[in-house]
Amino acid sequence: MDRNNPAISANSRTALRWLIYLAPLVFLLLFFLFPLARIMVYSLAPEGALDLSGFAQILTSPYYLEIIGFTIVQAFISTALTLILALPCAYVFTRYKFPGKSLLLTLSTLPFVLPPVVVAAAFIALLGERGLVNDALTGLFGFSQPPLQLEQTLTLVFIAHTFYNYPVALRIITAYWANQNEHIEQSARVLGAHGWRLWWNVRLPMLRPALTAAALLVFIFCFTSFGIMLILGGQRYATIEVEIYRQAIGVFNLQAAAALSLLQIGFMLVLMFVYTRLQRRNAANTELKSAITVSHHPRGWREKSFVALNLLIMVSLLFIPLMALVVRAITFGGNGISFRYFEMLTTNPRGSVLFTAPINAIGNSLIFASLTAILALILGLIATWMINDKRTRFAAWLDPLLMLPLATSAVTLGFGYILALGQPPLNIRSSLALIWFAHTLVALPFVVRSALPAYGALPANVRESASVLGASPIQRFLKIDLPLMRRAIIVGITFAFTVSIGEFGASLFIARPESTTMPIVIYRLLGQPGAANYGQALAMSTLLLLVCAAALVIIGRFRTPGTAEF
Amino acid sequence: MKFRPVLFLAILMMLAATPLAAQDNVITLVAYDSFNISEDVLAQFTEETGINVEILRAGDTGLMVNQAVLTTGNPLGDVMFGIDNTFLTRALEADVFLPYESSLLSTVPETFVLDGEYRVTPVDFGDVCLNYDISYFEDAGLALPETLADLTKPEYSGLLVTPSPALSSPGLAFLAATVAVFGDADDNDGYTYLDYWQELVANDVFISEGWTDAYYGQFSGSAGSEGNRPLVVSYASSPPAEVYYAEDPEAPAPTAAITAPDTCFRQIEFAGILNGTDNVEGAQQFIDFLLSLPFQEDMPLNMFVFPVNSEAALPDVFVEYASIPEQPVSIDADEIDANRDRWIQEWTETTLR
Repeated sequence: MDRNNPAISANSRTALRWLIYLAPLVFLLLFFLFPLARIMVYSLAPEGALDLSGFAQILTSPYYLEIIGFTIVQAFISTALTLILALPCAYVFTRYKFPGKSLLLTLSTLPFVLPPVVVAAAFIALLGERGLVNDALTGLFGFSQPPLQLEQTLTLVFIAHTFYNYPVALRIITAYWANQNEHIEQSARVLGAHGWRLWWNVRLPMLRPALTAAALLVFIFCFTSFGIMLILGGQRYATIEVEIYRQAIGVFNLQAAAALSLLQIGFMLVLMFVYTRLQRRNAANTELKSAITVSHHPRGWREKSFVALNLLIMVSLLFIPLMALVVRAITFGGNGISFRYFEMLTTNPRGSVLFTAPINAIGNSLIFASLTAILALILGLIATWMINDKRTRFAAWLDPLLMLPLATSAVTLGFGYILALGQPPLNIRSSLALIWFAHTLVALPFVVRSALPAYGALPANVRESASVLGASPIQRFLKIDLPLMRRAIIVGITFAFTVSIGEFGASLFIARPESTTMPIVIYRLLGQPGAANYGQALAMSTLLLLVCAAALVIIGRFRTPGTAEF
Repeated sequence: MKFRPVLFLAILMMLAATPLAAQDNVITLVAYDSFNISEDVLAQFTEETGINVEILRAGDTGLMVNQAVLTTGNPLGDVMFGIDNTFLTRALEADVFLPYESSLLSTVPETFVLDGEYRVTPVDFGDVCLNYDISYFEDAGLALPETLADLTKPEYSGLLVTPSPALSSPGLAFLAATVAVFGDADDNDGYTYLDYWQELVANDVFISEGWTDAYYGQFSGSAGSEGNRPLVVSYASSPPAEVYYAEDPEAPAPTAAITAPDTCFRQIEFAGILNGTDNVEGAQQFIDFLLSLPFQEDMPLNMFVFPVNSEAALPDVFVEYASIPEQPVSIDADEIDANRDRWIQEWTETTLR
């Protein structure tokens, strides 16, 4: 009936659209804005009157200004290093075929799932004073002192930041690039552009949406770096995030912690504003292409060595530290290769109430990660749709808003949760669902950042034809947009899944024993002395890697329903 | 439509993950992350009292206490376990606990009872002491340091690693010990703890982010460690843990604690009934249980702490490898709480920046 009455149809469609749009808005309101507002009011207006002396204290103290300056500078350097290394490799993955390519790309996300304390252990095992590299160099050249002195230096922090963030940059850029129309580049070549001019005048501008999206995420991560900075950087270097934790937990100066959190959020808002302007000025002038015919086997020694060099960098950066971890897990304690710490994980000699069998920890991790990926995907796609809806004015503020949770200190938000979500009707501060929602909040930006550039580059003519032929917006979304955005969506799901399984701020939220996940088991084991505990922590980290590798391979094989690989 | 099975599975998983509906008599214990208890001991409590215990882990001690302060009156559970003397005043001032004087306190030496109003009950104690790598000191023919001041001598240069006081509780305990021994900076124009720390830094002390990195990453004595520093700030109960969790239980202990006078800091851990609970009676029964022999004797091997109940028997590995310092440094809980923030700030500015 509705079809015969355009007015009703339009009205009900608008209502439906708003109902759908409400989902991410309500989610952000309940699980981000409201708790954040509660903790800010509690900290900055304890007696009812707003007290902003915390800000004055921070902005006039050389101690805090130095921390703020350091935070920004180290984030810029880390981001630049990550992009410089990842971009040529993204080119290799886009343009060349080589054996093991898709598996390598899938597994490149692995660094992302490891807790910082485990990553730090891996890097120290590799590059520390008595690490593998120093041992090898000393053995070869007979140095009297270890030649690499990296512990508690910024160099090690930058290496670890690059290790964590390289996958983000690589995957976002590759997903976007693989669907780019090759004709522009071919035309440029015909017109005589080669070498660096081809990069500077054609490729970089073409990739700008993906480059800026990747740079933004990497920057936020390094800007809010916590565990890596603490463990590898030593105590001399503190980011704003570290200082917030110190003020909130060590000193219990909530006023300073809240003021620092707001400064951090404010800085991110400015950054997001600049970013959104840049993106809009550069409104997608390239279109997604469905047929991917552009990659070929490397030809000639120059191409071959270029591919080989980039893969070598990638493997040394990403996989050697992971291998060092696995090797240590099976050789720890001497006596050659052994799996005894894996076996020990399954036993509960003291009959502890809080014991979690590895299979249950794996199960819990997978459940949280899957639920997080599903919810983040649904909310993220709706948000992407909203941001691009010309009939609404969401883009200007929804996009920055969605990114903010990444820039919000976990301890601040955690305190907000226990203040805001402890009364009926929303008394969920110690429920399992809260962990799910908190993970989703952090995973959402990844889905949106991956989906937005792809959505912006959807071919307008195909979508219009579908509408003209009578497809509803939802049909068009499911049949045209989704399949065309498949790569970007898979990248989004991958990161949502890994963010959750790596368990952001694992120890900052209330945990029930029945929801013990793999990272929590690792933290618990590392919290007690004794070889058996350390060996088991290494074994659990290895299991975490294996489970994630398997899950990533499976996610990489997802197909959008109703479509073949395009 | 193809998404259906996925959704269905998701809902099933959610249901499976939801905790069971509330039983009649339940209390919720809020504890720090390293809390542990044996199944049969807890089951015995439930059998005798009909009370089921739910355990919520709330992060490390600092995080747990701060959360309790934020939620005073509307607490996350009924009983809290694990608050120590360095955080005690913060919680008492915020009215986090309800008073309860357990009859079993008669078994506990009075030095452990720090709150005269019985708002918290002592449950266990542990001493933060220097641990050393036995074989390093034997091989080098080096004498052990006997005072904290010894650590600034050239022969101990580059040997010590300590967790940072700003972020770790043994680190804070060590800082408090140095304040007690060398004097606070605000009432003293002579040599203070800050001068001591400057000398420690000049003597190449390594400051780690937390206990885990200090003990496993930097200390050379822990089994399988990559570290190269033979002295670490840890617990007097770490050596028995090394033996208990060793590859070969018959092998000699790789580490030992230094318990010389005025070198250790005693941490006492307390439990308290959270203000706002609706099951005061159940909470009181649980406090009694925490002081009873079954729990007190189960505790050492689960959490590597010492029981406060003087009738509790220690496990063999504790009797053989753990030592209790006769004369830990003495410093009041009130003094720690009143000055902790300033000490951390001064310490940070002196040693790190």
